[in-house]
Amino acid sequence: MLAASGKLDRRELCRALLDDRGDMLVIAGLGAPAWDITAVGDRAENFPLWGGMGGAAMIGLGLALAQPARKVLVITGDGEMLMGVGSLATIAVQRPANLSIVVQDNEHYGETGMQETHTKHGVDLVGMAKSAGFPRTMLVTRPEEVPALRAAIHEGGGPLFAVAKVDASSLPLVLPPREGSYLQARMREAVLGPAAHHQL
Amino acid sequence: MDQRTDESQTRAAADWPDGLYDLLKTHGIRQVALVPDAGHARLIRRCLADNEMRVVSLTTEEEGIALLQGAWLGGEKGVLLMQSSGVGNCINMLSLAIMHRTPMPMIVTMRGDFGEFNPAQVPMGNATQTVLEAMGTLVRRADRPEDVVPTVDATIRLAFNTFRPTATLIGQRVIGAKTFGKD
Repeated sequence: MLAASGKLDRRELCRALLDDRGDMLVIAGLGAPAWDITAVGDRAENFPLWGGMGGAAMIGLGLALAQPARKVLVITGDGEMLMGVGSLATIAVQRPANLSIVVQDNEHYGETGMQETHTKHGVDLVGMAKSAGFPRTMLVTRPEEVPALRAAIHEGGGPLFAVAKVDASSLPLVLPPREGSYLQARMREAVLGPAAHHQL
Repeated sequence: MDQRTDESQTRAAADWPDGLYDLLKTHGIRQVALVPDAGHARLIRRCLADNEMRVVSLTTEEEGIALLQGAWLGGEKGVLLMQSSGVGNCINMLSLAIMHRTPMPMIVTMRGDFGEFNPAQVPMGNATQTVLEAMGTLVRRADRPEDVVPTVDATIRLAFNTFRPTATLIGQRVIGAKTFGKD
């Protein structure tokens, strides 16, 4: 699971976290996290974002509040999380036990020319989540720590916030569907059944 | 119309915040996202007192747009309450509603609109409707107390029946201009 840099391979990490995921719902932030969950396997329970930068965690909150019996996982990047960092406070106050947020932190803006993000310069997202009041936080840097992260996501008892330091190299693009109404309708149908399209 | 009817209608019109609360109940709204505004204070109190509603206080209004996206994915209806200045904070996030065809009703109390005292409120207040419409939001205004409830009802229906962002702008003439004691 380690890249040549000695850091975690983001896609292998993603594969491990999503292994045997059951009916877990997954939101992926725009860019590499969306390609990563799609590389593991595109499915109705995935909601990969093409935009809305800074909103992934809050989409996870709205979904987790609406479906308290299901696990909701947000996988996003450090740049995306930094843009919506205030949502850490909002989510900590709401305290949804079924929501987990995993930041795949490569310390760069990967889609725009690999400019450095604040995490490259010491900004500690785990510390910020802890200070906001997240009851569970984790920092993952080694493959042997990944099973504990996967277990914590599946246990509930959250909200959970985790940062996994990942290798910064770009991997082959695996693009999800781009038709937004399809992405939304398929997840609603996965959650609500056929009534999703008839309930009004 | 005799004077007594006039007075009772005026009282009823002044109760529009309670009318909005009743509307949210009628429409089955479960998630109420907000950054507070004085004009929404009474409605916010009613929502906080309701155990069937989840009030989500935000650090910035764009969080509310993303929250409504998630709520709809999970089969719940939500609404976003904010002041006109907060509309500016939502603009890029509104891409979600257009991209995914997501119902996103907003109830906006206006500043910088009618008798404003604070010069800093005027630029965004003046631009509120234009920028919402530029992002594909269907906008209706209510400038008289008796128009507030029917207009919000219409924009909530438009959001959920036709799958788009909608907004009612409640004019400052309805709410009254804040004068910082300098009347």
